Amino acid sequence: MKRIVKFIILDILKNKIILFYTVLLSILSWSVFSLEDNNTKGLLSLLNVVLLTVPLFAIVFSTIYLYNSAEFIELLLSQPIRRSKIWSSLFLGLTLSLLLAYFIGAGIPILIYSPPDVGFMMLIVGFFVSTVFVSLAFLASIITRDKAKGIGISILLWLFFTILFDGLILFMMFQLVEYPIEKMMVVFTAFNPVDLSRILILLHLDVSVMLGYTGAVFKDFFGTKMGLFFAFIVLLLWAIVPFYISLIKFKNKDL
Amino acid sequence: MIVISDLYKKFGKLEVLKNINLTFNKGECIALIGPNGCGKTTLIKSILGMVIPDNGEIQVQGKSICNNYEYRSNIGYMPQIGRYPDNMSIGAVCEMIKQIRNSRNKLDEVLINEFKLNEILGKHMRTLSGGTTQKVSAVIAFLFNADILILDEPTAGLDPLASELFKEKITSEKQKGKLILITSHLLSELDDLVTQVVFMQEGIVHFHKTILELKTDTGEDKISKAIATILKNKNNEKNS
Repeated sequence: MKRIVKFIILDILKNKIILFYTVLLSILSWSVFSLEDNNTKGLLSLLNVVLLTVPLFAIVFSTIYLYNSAEFIELLLSQPIRRSKIWSSLFLGLTLSLLLAYFIGAGIPILIYSPPDVGFMMLIVGFFVSTVFVSLAFLASIITRDKAKGIGISILLWLFFTILFDGLILFMMFQLVEYPIEKMMVVFTAFNPVDLSRILILLHLDVSVMLGYTGAVFKDFFGTKMGLFFAFIVLLLWAIVPFYISLIKFKNKDL
Repeated sequence: MIVISDLYKKFGKLEVLKNINLTFNKGECIALIGPNGCGKTTLIKSILGMVIPDNGEIQVQGKSICNNYEYRSNIGYMPQIGRYPDNMSIGAVCEMIKQIRNSRNKLDEVLINEFKLNEILGKHMRTLSGGTTQKVSAVIAFLFNADILILDEPTAGLDPLASELFKEKITSEKQKGKLILITSHLLSELDDLVTQVVFMQEGIVHFHKTILELKTDTGEDKISKAIATILKNKNNEKNS
């Protein structure tokens, strides 16, 4: 398995697009930190940019890469290798190289400029978001054989989690404004890895006041050790479950 | 070596394999023939575990292949259309397969030299012609000295010289006591190679005979003619 992962990582790192992604992230983060004199403000702007670009890139790149490695998968399948090993190697290879790109592009400036505890949180959240969207890419690409459809599904997933979901929540809040829905909001955020990541960072930046009364409820919940633990478990589930479903499908797929 | 029992597979509503029963033994060279879309490639892919049958069982060397993968280290497979990662060179593909397989068997690199691939090892897979890609597939199939060789339309894209070299290679492997499974439409090419013929049609095995039986039954001395005779007889039976 190590050998296959090595081959995949080398193959991805040779790819110019991943280089472009790293450069893009580093331009964004270095410029944000040098434009803002307040590092917390810088981190806040970076958070918004990162939560848009990282998921988009992770899911689209992984989906396209998976479709393009159809030949590679086929070649490996006729060799004495377990199917789950091939699929997991692809997952590991993609995740590790995207994490590396994120670390070099955004992680280093974050660690240099921002206060250590928030910076560290931002790094971990970025890692989680990358992994979650690679995992979703695996799900999107196993659903259909058609490359165009697969990429379409992955873009829709990205759109849903970064934009549409917030719209739905906002709509619901307006509709149910008469009811005490603050506690429910905590549950709803668990359904969106991007929102969950955003809240984790916002709470660490002490700007949760901006979220109003809901912010206070969030603070009460996610501010505690239990809440933090819960948040990471949910993010971990988001990273594992879609991949696991795709793995089961891949094991029974005809090629 | 390979025992297939009650193998059944359908894609959607299309039944591709309808309860296939076949047994192949060591030292045999079997030709799997039949019209396009009769399920030959699906059968081969089921043996390799690339297609998962809906029903039935396949045993390779006494072990069921279900949820098993180690048996594939005894199989060399040459696909009908070899598909390889575009941006890898011939040398890199061979090297990767060697590393992944990590086989303890002695490597058999005769074909690399015979096909003169060692002169173009640096060429990328996407720039190769269909025939050269087939040569690469052939090299990989024979590389690990596997006991079972499965060749799907091996000579279809090869030039006459390469095809002759390839047939010599198959003959020499056969003499080593390996099981060789070939699908082909070029019946004339199979004459001096195969020992048995399996004829499939619409997912059913029509007959599985040795060459001798086939020839005596029909009174012809060429496989192609023998098959033609059988098909004619069948049509006559239907019409009458």
